[in-house]
Amino acid sequence: MIPAIVVFIYLATVLYIGIFAFRKAKGREKAEDYFLASRSLGPFVFLFSLFGTNMTAFAILGSSGHAFNNGIVTFGLMASSSGLVIPLTIFLVGTRVWALGKKHGFMTPVQMFRDRWECGHIGTAIFVVQAVLLVPYIIIGIMGGGTTLNAISGGLVPFWFGGAIVAMVVMSYVFFGGMRGTAWVNTFQTILFLTFGAVALIVIGVGMGGFRNAAQALASSPALAPLLTRERISPLYFFSYTFIPLSAIAFPHILIFCLTARKMSQFKKTVIFYPICIMAIWLPCVFLGVMANRVADVPEIRAKQEARRVLATQGKTMTPEARDDLREKAAGDDVILLLLKRYAPLWLAGLLGAGIMAAVMASDSQILALSTMFTEDVFAFYGGKRRFGEAVQVQTGRIFIVVITLVAYAVALRAPETIFELAIQYAFSGFAALSPLLVAALFWKGSTKWGALAVTVWTALAVIAVAIFQHSIPAPAPGPPTIFWSLGGTEALSRTPGGTAVFGFMPVVPMVIVSALLMIVVSKITPKPKATTLARYFH
Amino acid sequence: MKRILLVIAVVALYILHQDFWFWRTAHPMIFGFIPIGLFYQGCFSVAASLLMWLLVKYAWPTELEREVEEQVPEEDSAH
Repeated sequence: MIPAIVVFIYLATVLYIGIFAFRKAKGREKAEDYFLASRSLGPFVFLFSLFGTNMTAFAILGSSGHAFNNGIVTFGLMASSSGLVIPLTIFLVGTRVWALGKKHGFMTPVQMFRDRWECGHIGTAIFVVQAVLLVPYIIIGIMGGGTTLNAISGGLVPFWFGGAIVAMVVMSYVFFGGMRGTAWVNTFQTILFLTFGAVALIVIGVGMGGFRNAAQALASSPALAPLLTRERISPLYFFSYTFIPLSAIAFPHILIFCLTARKMSQFKKTVIFYPICIMAIWLPCVFLGVMANRVADVPEIRAKQEARRVLATQGKTMTPEARDDLREKAAGDDVILLLLKRYAPLWLAGLLGAGIMAAVMASDSQILALSTMFTEDVFAFYGGKRRFGEAVQVQTGRIFIVVITLVAYAVALRAPETIFELAIQYAFSGFAALSPLLVAALFWKGSTKWGALAVTVWTALAVIAVAIFQHSIPAPAPGPPTIFWSLGGTEALSRTPGGTAVFGFMPVVPMVIVSALLMIVVSKITPKPKATTLARYFH
Repeated sequence: MKRILLVIAVVALYILHQDFWFWRTAHPMIFGFIPIGLFYQGCFSVAASLLMWLLVKYAWPTELEREVEEQVPEEDSAH
């Protein structure tokens, strides 16, 4: 119960931060103040809140879970590649979007696209695709909150109640604090979960009697030694994954966050320290996830290892449903919680639990971004702001926050979590495939609105096609993939245990390449925006 | 010339991320417990941070920054 009390104190603190931000706001009825904190964030808050916004529950729970089953490859696959690609895109795209936002008053990416390409409804189409891809994050955030509170309290707080508490707290500080509240809470959360990694590593390391013996024992076990290498993942898959971080800059909540900096120089620290921040949180979590395989006295961990073993040895003879069931049992998303329960003293488990909650509650920025997008790209664009005024626009944004949170909570109670975990996988590829929109808008005079529409439609169709393909063909047992279509003896399209492969690559690779090609080809054959419009973007 | 060197550095680091040379080995274990593949990728993160520092120092879009700063005080005084 003590850990749950610490977590409740944490929840009360973030709620207070949100309300404090509301009281500090000077222009409460101004849309720019509520949605962008008057573009006034300083370097420290900007770095930590931008980083925190991009770190979801996956950073702690998912990374250690993935490493538990796949080994050290998780770090290179998801963390170090992001450490290169994300700051690079913030440096190239984020700074330019910030400058344009400051010059022309943009508050959302769609506003910029509409102005840059002289379009209206095509902007609405981009809004729809962005919004649909963003919603699963909000739902999974509430589910993660419910599951974590339930686990930390030892089952005393039921899932529905935990989810409701998390939804209420997030909704309240976003509702009152807007961007300022969200940024401050994110800063507080980022400090918490950055501390979490180091403390968890020390506490669990001491509890296990040091890592040297555990690592040597893993290396000498034929079944577990591959976890210390990358042989469970193919080099093509590893390469494909470097396309996924392109999604970060295309996420509306990240791009909107880029508009909140007071000065462009505030990007400098963010760009430089981003790789280090990612390393600080991911390296301990991945390492602990791998080391969890040496913990023999936690029955839940042994049950996961047994499920993994059965899946590997007998998976081929099982029904797809039985394989899915075993995959769920082998999933390691709670290994870090189990390690804390085993090795951390109660009071510390509470503090570390608060660190986990901080990562789980990353849905705040997505809720605020959706509200900003709805009020700016739909309400204001279709005449609402002109007719009812800016104060009503801000109130509409607040009402939208309540509605979207309630809908997300209702869905979270009814639907299985795996559906939304899958949806998030598709969303990463989808946003990565939308990234050529930004590159074309900012760096290529010749791009057109029709090119932008082609990219948007392609992204939507590709995400739907991958979802249907993975739903229709069950995931095979660990080992060779199920080949669906081969071309001249080469596997063109196959269903792998973890998803889909196109010529051995993850779908994100062809999705991004086709998006870029469509932008080039369609823009070449369609009329360009007026010279006066281009002059506002290029000198 | 400076920009070309920076582009080469970015491409080189991207290629260095694909460290297939440590693919199937955990040894040597750094400090006796960190597999070489994980240690390499940790060092890669530090290198990425250094590269970002170089980009900020030598390729910062100063002209954009100046343009905005020139425009914003004008707007402020107009209010």
